Amino acid sequence: MHEMSLAEGILQLLEDAARRENARRVSAVFLEIGQLASVEVESLRFCFDAVVKDSIAEGARLEIVEAPGTGWCLDCSQSVPMSDKLSACPRCGSFRVQVTGGTEMRVKELEIE
Amino acid sequence: MCTTCGCGHDETKIEGHAHEHGHDHDHEHGHDGHHHHHGHAYAPRRSHAPGMTPARMLKIEQDILSKNDAYARENRAFLADRRVFALNLVSSPGSGKTTLLCKTIEMLKGQCAVAVIEGDQQTSNDAERIRATGAPAVQINTGKGCHLDAHMVGHAMQQLSLPERSLLMIENVGNLVCPAAFDLGEAHKVVILSVTEGEDKPLKYPDMFRAADLMLLNKCDLLPHLRFDVDQAIEAARRVNPAIQVIRVSATTGEGMGDWLAWLQARR
Ligand SMILES: Nc1nc2c(ncn2[C@@H]2O[C@H](COP(=O)(O)OP(=O)(O)OP(=O)(O)O)[C@@H](O)[C@H]2O)c(=O)[nH]1
Ligand SMILES: [Mg+2]
Ligand SMILES: [Zn+2]
Repeated sequence: MHEMSLAEGILQLLEDAARRENARRVSAVFLEIGQLASVEVESLRFCFDAVVKDSIAEGARLEIVEAPGTGWCLDCSQSVPMSDKLSACPRCGSFRVQVTGGTEMRVKELEIE
Repeated sequence: MCTTCGCGHDETKIEGHAHEHGHDHDHEHGHDGHHHHHGHAYAPRRSHAPGMTPARMLKIEQDILSKNDAYARENRAFLADRRVFALNLVSSPGSGKTTLLCKTIEMLKGQCAVAVIEGDQQTSNDAERIRATGAPAVQINTGKGCHLDAHMVGHAMQQLSLPERSLLMIENVGNLVCPAAFDLGEAHKVVILSVTEGEDKPLKYPDMFRAADLMLLNKCDLLPHLRFDVDQAIEAARRVNPAIQVIRVSATTGEGMGDWLAWLQARR
């Protein structure tokens, strides 16, 4: 949805971490992005490359793990996979499904030098 | 307030804002308000010997928006301290946010002090419209930015005198997408949908309607001239957010404004 702002948010976290650790360079960044987080991964990659130009993370490799969307169906009382936040329960067709996983947007790990 | 200020807004300008707190990175101050240039002063440091710096992994496990969320917590604490009730008004451009705010301020005259933070990419037109009602307003221009964030709002709050138990209205940049993800420290997000925009907006932009606690259906005075199905619009909003409340209003005729003010007064 707002991949440029997210890329800027990531850069801030990288800069803070690098400063804390006295790192000279960030060479790789590992993200976890949920499938229900409304993030366009390709667009995020593009924005990231643009945002880190002239920064400590210029040219850093971006590794993105996509976390699956999951929900809890109130009618089946069971955890079910979800493809988007409005999707029906794949078992019973109910819309009474609460999102339980897949909205994360996290920086997990960095490779620093 | 800005204890861990990261100032990443190269383009942002906040009326009347001069930076006084210390930053641990370089700033060039423009002459017209809040204007930052980020100096990434990181290039090889002399204190480090070249070569032979082995790469290592560092676990950080932080939410991408965690910086914003930290500023939002500061804003919320600041507001709670003064018992100021803050709302974040979000919508697509032109739904009537500023008109609605002007009307709200007029109707609350003598009952409750209202201050406004206006967010737009450019111009201070909206802040001027608010000031014309007699209420204090600070304009934030986000430049290329498509939403307000908690850090800018924290600075803007410092420009306003916010009396105890007053109301702070934050008009976000007209955009049904990005503002949904940015907590500003408000008590509630209020989404304004005008009847000229189509009934299916909540389904097309679900994140925003899910983030809001109240939907104001504005420009209801135009309904006789349109083929807009109010029930269908409300159903769409409830589908993405079963708990959302809905009030029908017209900021120009004043229809429904009483219900909106009652909603406000019941919460602040
Ligand atoms: N008929 C009618 N027109 C309205 C109403 N509310 C606002 N308008 C008109 O809609 C237009 C946009 O109103 P604004 O208040 O500037 O809308 P906004 O949401 O603040 O716009 P941005 O800040 O640019 O996103 C103006 O021409 C208003 O006069 C309403 O209730 N009924
Ligand atoms: Mg406006
Ligand atoms: Zn089910």
